[in-house]
Amino acid sequence: MKNRLRVLRAEREWSQQQLADALEVSRQSVNAIETGKYDPSLPLAFRIADLFGMTIEDIFLRD
Amino acid sequence: MTALAIKRRYQLRVAVAMAVYLVSLFGANYLIGQGLIGGAFAWALALLPGLATAGLFYAIGMLIVEQKDEFQRMLLVRMNLIAAGFAMSMASIWGFLESFALVDHANAYLIVVAWAVGQLLGGLSNRMTHGTWGACW
Repeated sequence: MKNRLRVLRAEREWSQQQLADALEVSRQSVNAIETGKYDPSLPLAFRIADLFGMTIEDIFLRD
Repeated sequence: MTALAIKRRYQLRVAVAMAVYLVSLFGANYLIGQGLIGGAFAWALALLPGLATAGLFYAIGMLIVEQKDEFQRMLLVRMNLIAAGFAMSMASIWGFLESFALVDHANAYLIVVAWAVGQLLGGLSNRMTHGTWGACW
């Protein structure tokens, strides 16, 4: 599944570690999601969406 | 519980298990080997190294249960599935070779060594497919 996480994070000038801290996950988790190596669960996807003030569909895209 | 606290609890459990393992193994080797104890005491002491090893598996299980980071938990599960699969495969292969008298007898507890090698392979697999070894590396 593709996502816009890296772009959204860059727009806010957050590091991967800052985003990881805000989501209470590891930096490796953020990196794996950004690079498409891991698709988050629905609860984590909602936390990401809430953090950016967007819907899940705005961030995660169908292949 | 923070990621650091979870890791510390895991490390403490592993340290306790390994301490019991080392002390009981050396104790059993000496006391039973020298014939200083026997019967029920020898049984109890001889059981301890194996039970301490079971404690190591308990520590890993609890690490998976307590891990709040879903990605790290997935890596842990993946690594330990690969480790278990590798250990079972090695035990099976060696067992048949042994039953046909092609290799020497290997003590059953050596399966744990194969499992440890499997953990390394699992971590390597995580690194190659997901970009990181996992939480306990």
